[in-house]
Amino acid sequence: MDFSFSDAAKKRKETMRFVAEHLMRPISRQFDEQEHENPWEFFNTMWEASKGNREATKIGSSGNGKKGEASEGTLLACIQIEELAWGDAGLYLSIPNPALGGAAVNAAGTPEQRDRFLKHFYDGKPRWGAMAITEPHFGSDSKQVATTARRDGDEWVLNGTKIFCTSGHRALELSDGFVVVWATLDKTKGRPAIKSFVVPAGTPGVTVTKLEHKMGIRASDTAQITFEDARIPADNILGTPDIVTQGVEGFKGVMATFDATRPIVAASGIGVAQAALDVVKQTLKDNGVEIRYEAPRHTMTVLEREVMWMESQLQAARLLTYRACNMMDRGERNSREASMCKAKAGLAVTRITQKAVEVLGPLGYSRKLLLEKWMRDAKITDIYEGTQQINQMIVARSILGYTSAELN
Amino acid sequence: MIDLRLADEQVQIQESLRSFAAEKVRPAAHEADETGRVPDALVAQAWELGLVQGSIPETYGGYGQSASAITGTVIAEAMAEGDLAFALHALSPRLVIDPVLHLGSEEQKKEILPLYCGDRFVAGSAAVSEPRWNFSTTELETTAKRDGRDGKAYVLAGKKCLVPLAEEAPYMVVYARDEQAKVGAFLVKAGTPGVEIHEREKNLGLRALPTYEVTLADCRLPATARLGDDASVLLRRARVAQSAMAVGVAKAALAYAIDYAKDRDAFGVKIAQKQAIAFMLADMAIEVDAMRLLNWEAAWNLDQGNDSVREVALARQYVADGVMTVTDNGLQVLGGHGFIREHPVELWARNGRGFATFEGMASV
Repeated sequence: MDFSFSDAAKKRKETMRFVAEHLMRPISRQFDEQEHENPWEFFNTMWEASKGNREATKIGSSGNGKKGEASEGTLLACIQIEELAWGDAGLYLSIPNPALGGAAVNAAGTPEQRDRFLKHFYDGKPRWGAMAITEPHFGSDSKQVATTARRDGDEWVLNGTKIFCTSGHRALELSDGFVVVWATLDKTKGRPAIKSFVVPAGTPGVTVTKLEHKMGIRASDTAQITFEDARIPADNILGTPDIVTQGVEGFKGVMATFDATRPIVAASGIGVAQAALDVVKQTLKDNGVEIRYEAPRHTMTVLEREVMWMESQLQAARLLTYRACNMMDRGERNSREASMCKAKAGLAVTRITQKAVEVLGPLGYSRKLLLEKWMRDAKITDIYEGTQQINQMIVARSILGYTSAELN
Repeated sequence: MIDLRLADEQVQIQESLRSFAAEKVRPAAHEADETGRVPDALVAQAWELGLVQGSIPETYGGYGQSASAITGTVIAEAMAEGDLAFALHALSPRLVIDPVLHLGSEEQKKEILPLYCGDRFVAGSAAVSEPRWNFSTTELETTAKRDGRDGKAYVLAGKKCLVPLAEEAPYMVVYARDEQAKVGAFLVKAGTPGVEIHEREKNLGLRALPTYEVTLADCRLPATARLGDDASVLLRRARVAQSAMAVGVAKAALAYAIDYAKDRDAFGVKIAQKQAIAFMLADMAIEVDAMRLLNWEAAWNLDQGNDSVREVALARQYVADGVMTVTDNGLQVLGGHGFIREHPVELWARNGRGFATFEGMASV
């Protein structure tokens, strides 16, 4: 057992903290207030810095390490993301990279597809990847996919509307990126007929029809995209075009990407909550209040109790997240643990940032500080990549040994 | 590099103790709680597993296995999953062994440790808590003052409570504030004048574990009775051991509630198939794992030789809250049956309530 960071992890953390402090924090408030504006200077700097770094495109490839072999790719990704989100969660989500689209390509694509779709993320101008699952009439109940994919010769023809697509605008309209789109081959055949398709920028019939106005993470674009007879090459389907009910291909394969992305979402929320906790502790310290961890119960102040509560909740979420990463890095199945860390972190960071605003009173509520922003930014952690309740459901089925038919 | 797995050796210990706890300890827990005593034969069986002797180096007669705090938490959790009172009883020798191992001089080790390496169980004890509402380990009211012409001997005075197995333990470690306001740990031999052991206590839980109030009045000890200097680290080690037992109690409640919910019919399905119950169980499972990981981090810090004040305090607070919530929710899942003593869950809820109060009742 080891609770210490490797040298690589320490270095990653240090580098990303530098980026967070010097490139993100100074523009944090500006791009919270100027929603839908683009921090190009930041984008370009991040793009130049990450070019040639293939690590960033690897998230989601199950088992970054071979079984039994020491590897920490997923863990490093989480450490990196925690630090970047400590800088600004909205800006972190905006960094040009393959993001969730890349995760899907890695999880469900062939080696040829990985190369074809991801190679341009190492050169040229900034690009974004994105993932489009949600539609206006469903969220978590993803078997309701109504966007259709019809085969026509050497092409797939897509029709439908997607919402809540993170970086959809930047992927399709601000760069030569791509969006991975979930669509059904046959609505009557349920989940096995749902496939994911890589839709490149510039595809005719693909339009960003709306940019959402959000509570938090406002620097990140959240797009509505419509597909009207949008034609993409036949080999842009991820996994098999056959409607099969078993195997990693198809729906289950797509669901498996959550095992990688849930710890990452947890880590981003943990970064936001850590930022809030740091400001609370620093403000108290500047005013002569030190947390006395071993103070007698009857002399401990409410503030000390609340800070200790925040710290322990946050560390609990972090350790659960590290565990899920550890397992993925060893190539072990971690669906239960990924949902556990996501559920824990989602609620913990929401409560911690709310508490941070409360602890600093009028100061916390004021937009002079970033605390109120972090409270707004943290909330999404408990919603996207599966709400609190969806993750509770997954954990419950896992510990009870129930199928989705037995517990729903 | 972050690696949150137990070592293979620790997994083996965990597996064998979990089955011992499930097969031997759990079936005896109800009667032990009702009659106020764990069976001696069971304590003897646990002794034969070498849980206590294992941490003592071979030089002093032990088995010289891992003495890490992490291993200590694995043992404590597995035993407490069977029954908390039994775990505290069977592991009580560690209350003396751990302080001697960590702070004792070579002479103290040679004198004390071999006593706990024989064929038969020998109880240990420690006196930390004091019977007052505002008790705190950092502000002990039991005092240790220098006495005697050479200024080396100590005189202990004060009142202690929740002292386990005080009547039968040949040694107890008494924690007292010295004249520099430091926490001192003192080896007190059974029969030392000035030590009065009162009637057995009656508490909310832990009914199977004999605990006592102990008064120290003009209790004179030679200078050689003191273990090291500042003994506050021992109380942190105790907190980690107790928290590990809390994880065991919470895990017991979770597992029992899962089994019950999968068996109990209501409205045409098993109650576990209802989200209200299933989500409660999911939250309990998440909390049990979170509690264990936080406590392991504290134990790991102790093993690194860090002072661990913050880690131990955070883990203890989190675990003490968590075990109460988890055991209470476990009871709730059983509904009315949870309130009936034939099921062990109310016992775990009573025991669980104690962890915010317990100090120095176990050691890793």
